[in-house]
Amino acid sequence: MVEFFGETLYVYAVVPFIKIIAAIVVVLTIIAYTTFAERKILGFLQVRMGPNRVGPWGLLQPIADVAKLLGKEDVIPNRAVKWAYVLAPCLVVGPALLILSVIPFGPPSSKGVASSWFITDVNVGLLLVVAIASIGVYGLLLGGWASNNKFSMMGGLRAAAQMISYEVPQGFSLVVPLLMAGTLSLVGIVEAQLTQGRWFIFGFFPFGLLAFFIYFVAGVAESNRNPFDLPEAESELVAGFHTEYSGMRFALFFLGEYANMIVISAVAVTLFLGGWLRPFPSVEWLSFLDLAFLPAGLAGLLWFLIKLLAFLFVYIWFRGTFPRYRFDQLMDLGWKWLIPASVLAVVATSLWKVVLL
Amino acid sequence: MVDVDSSDLSRDTLFGVEEMEINFGPQHPATHGVLRLKLKVDGERIVDCYPVIGYLHRGTEKLFELHPFFQNVPHTDRLDYVAAATNNLAYVGAVEKLLGIVVPPRASYIRTLLSELQRISSHLLWLATHAIDIGAMTPFFYTFREREIILDLFEEYCGARLTLNCMRPGGQPYDLPVGWVERCAEFVGGFPEKIDEYEGLLTENRIWKKRTVGIGILSPEMALDYAVTGPMLRGSGIGLDVRKAMPYEMYDQMDFDVPVFYNCDTYDRYLVRMEEMRQSTRIVQQCLEKLPEGPLMAKRPRVLKAPKEGDVYHAVEAPKGEIGFYIVGNGTPNPHRCRVRPPSFYNIQVLPEMVVGGLIADLIAVIGTTDVVLGEVDR
Repeated sequence: MVEFFGETLYVYAVVPFIKIIAAIVVVLTIIAYTTFAERKILGFLQVRMGPNRVGPWGLLQPIADVAKLLGKEDVIPNRAVKWAYVLAPCLVVGPALLILSVIPFGPPSSKGVASSWFITDVNVGLLLVVAIASIGVYGLLLGGWASNNKFSMMGGLRAAAQMISYEVPQGFSLVVPLLMAGTLSLVGIVEAQLTQGRWFIFGFFPFGLLAFFIYFVAGVAESNRNPFDLPEAESELVAGFHTEYSGMRFALFFLGEYANMIVISAVAVTLFLGGWLRPFPSVEWLSFLDLAFLPAGLAGLLWFLIKLLAFLFVYIWFRGTFPRYRFDQLMDLGWKWLIPASVLAVVATSLWKVVLL
Repeated sequence: MVDVDSSDLSRDTLFGVEEMEINFGPQHPATHGVLRLKLKVDGERIVDCYPVIGYLHRGTEKLFELHPFFQNVPHTDRLDYVAAATNNLAYVGAVEKLLGIVVPPRASYIRTLLSELQRISSHLLWLATHAIDIGAMTPFFYTFREREIILDLFEEYCGARLTLNCMRPGGQPYDLPVGWVERCAEFVGGFPEKIDEYEGLLTENRIWKKRTVGIGILSPEMALDYAVTGPMLRGSGIGLDVRKAMPYEMYDQMDFDVPVFYNCDTYDRYLVRMEEMRQSTRIVQQCLEKLPEGPLMAKRPRVLKAPKEGDVYHAVEAPKGEIGFYIVGNGTPNPHRCRVRPPSFYNIQVLPEMVVGGLIADLIAVIGTTDVVLGEVDR
């Protein structure tokens, strides 16, 4: 009995707890260095240096940034709605980090969930992702409204309008890999890509590609990144919904944006780019890419990270290249193009599956 | 394309619509200095716009009356502070006209050269801020890379980078330093490629076109009614350029085109300025080739005294439009009255006509396209 109880405690409490801590620490580090990489890459694109003063090659810059933000005065405007003002940044960061619980960073282990490279495998994982991701917008909306500032409010409204427009095509585009895999579990979806022998981006050509494209565009819009960074458009709305925020509360919004980028990239990698699988998992002569000499699962984790970082690079590249869409043009794009296209992808994939297979 | 018909505002609504008043500036990141706009918006749509100016008023016109003609040149630097050379040129041109001084050709060539370099540098600054307002970050750094070289050339010539004070009534204070002509030729030789680089990022960019084509329409009639000049006017299909219409200095010797575009929108004004940079490059090259030897300063009295009676107006084509000085003499070394006609002052007046009915995002694009510098609006 004691043994059984110890086992349960170990599998259901101790291990997940350690994994959660590890995941959050790792992801926060990645976020910190994404900001650094962003500035370095933008510097490279824009013929300048980027940060290079703190530490060798500027590597300690993120730490200096955080230290600075912690030292800043935390201002709450006089006529702000205090509870909402305080709650808003948490509502942005919390959900983004919560989604990490179901992302499979690496392959499951034959020894059970406890020694696998993910926190948990929920059989409705995809639904969980969609459900939690849509909470994030409340943070922006609430923050914009509670600041009692006209620019903030307009930023919040833009965020809400944008989220509503992009939730729909994003949801539809997620149905396509779901149809291909026949399961909602994220681990199951990656394993289906292994058994079918191809990443879902190439599945049901060109509908897998179309769905991936829609998901990524909607994802960029959802994480409020350039060219869809309207809610915080600096030249238009000063700083949008976080105009009034300062110090660590501002940093939380900032953190939320990057956490969202990472989560959206991670979901895209899992659903469309084969998660922890190597490129072309069915091609025999490429099997050296499995990196079998590494300890179990580590190669998978490595592939996952490479794909994730590639996504983050594309995000940064966008920022160096594109101007900003206008508010109504963004809605246009969402409602008039992405939604019909995503419906087309879903219908075509289902017909294909029913009629041809 | 959004329908920006302002009659749309009276549409029937299920719920009551309240208009919000926003104070846009003077400390807003996109108002190019201290422009303040009182906006009335319905959601994101602008119902009314009222520009408030005067936050940078320094009484320049009164200061002119307190100093002799010579000492007034530095005041003109501070009008349009990103295009000091053309301001200098307009002022010294007016003084020379009033006193009947003829400038020696070498000085005149150097003036033409400097004002065209100034036009390029001012347009580069405009492109940088316009692009960053619309959200494209990278052109800013590209243009500043080239602007830096121009400022270095200025620094080598007169010691200052921004407030040049590089001209005197009667001629040029300094000759070009050794090697300056070669360095300048090297820069303008490679510059058209750099313009291609900027255009590669923007001209055919779908988002850029969506944000600028059909935005901020300024009809030719309205442009004339408001006395708009410069690239704003030439983007509306009227090819008036002081350099061609009333040639001054060496412009009648130069071979260059005045670009005119006919769609009256922000995109065409962008194209006008890009083409102007290419034409300015041509003028600089011709100046460098033809640069004659000779004296720099005309023979003139040590103390310049205006005639007892008489007034004069002299205008030049500044990067932003026609800048003119109207000077009245009263027989003393100081001007009796000096009135400045700054292009931005007229260009900013037409702003409400261009933005009402549009969205806030359009307002940003339109402020960028007017290329205002508040230093010369407020004086």
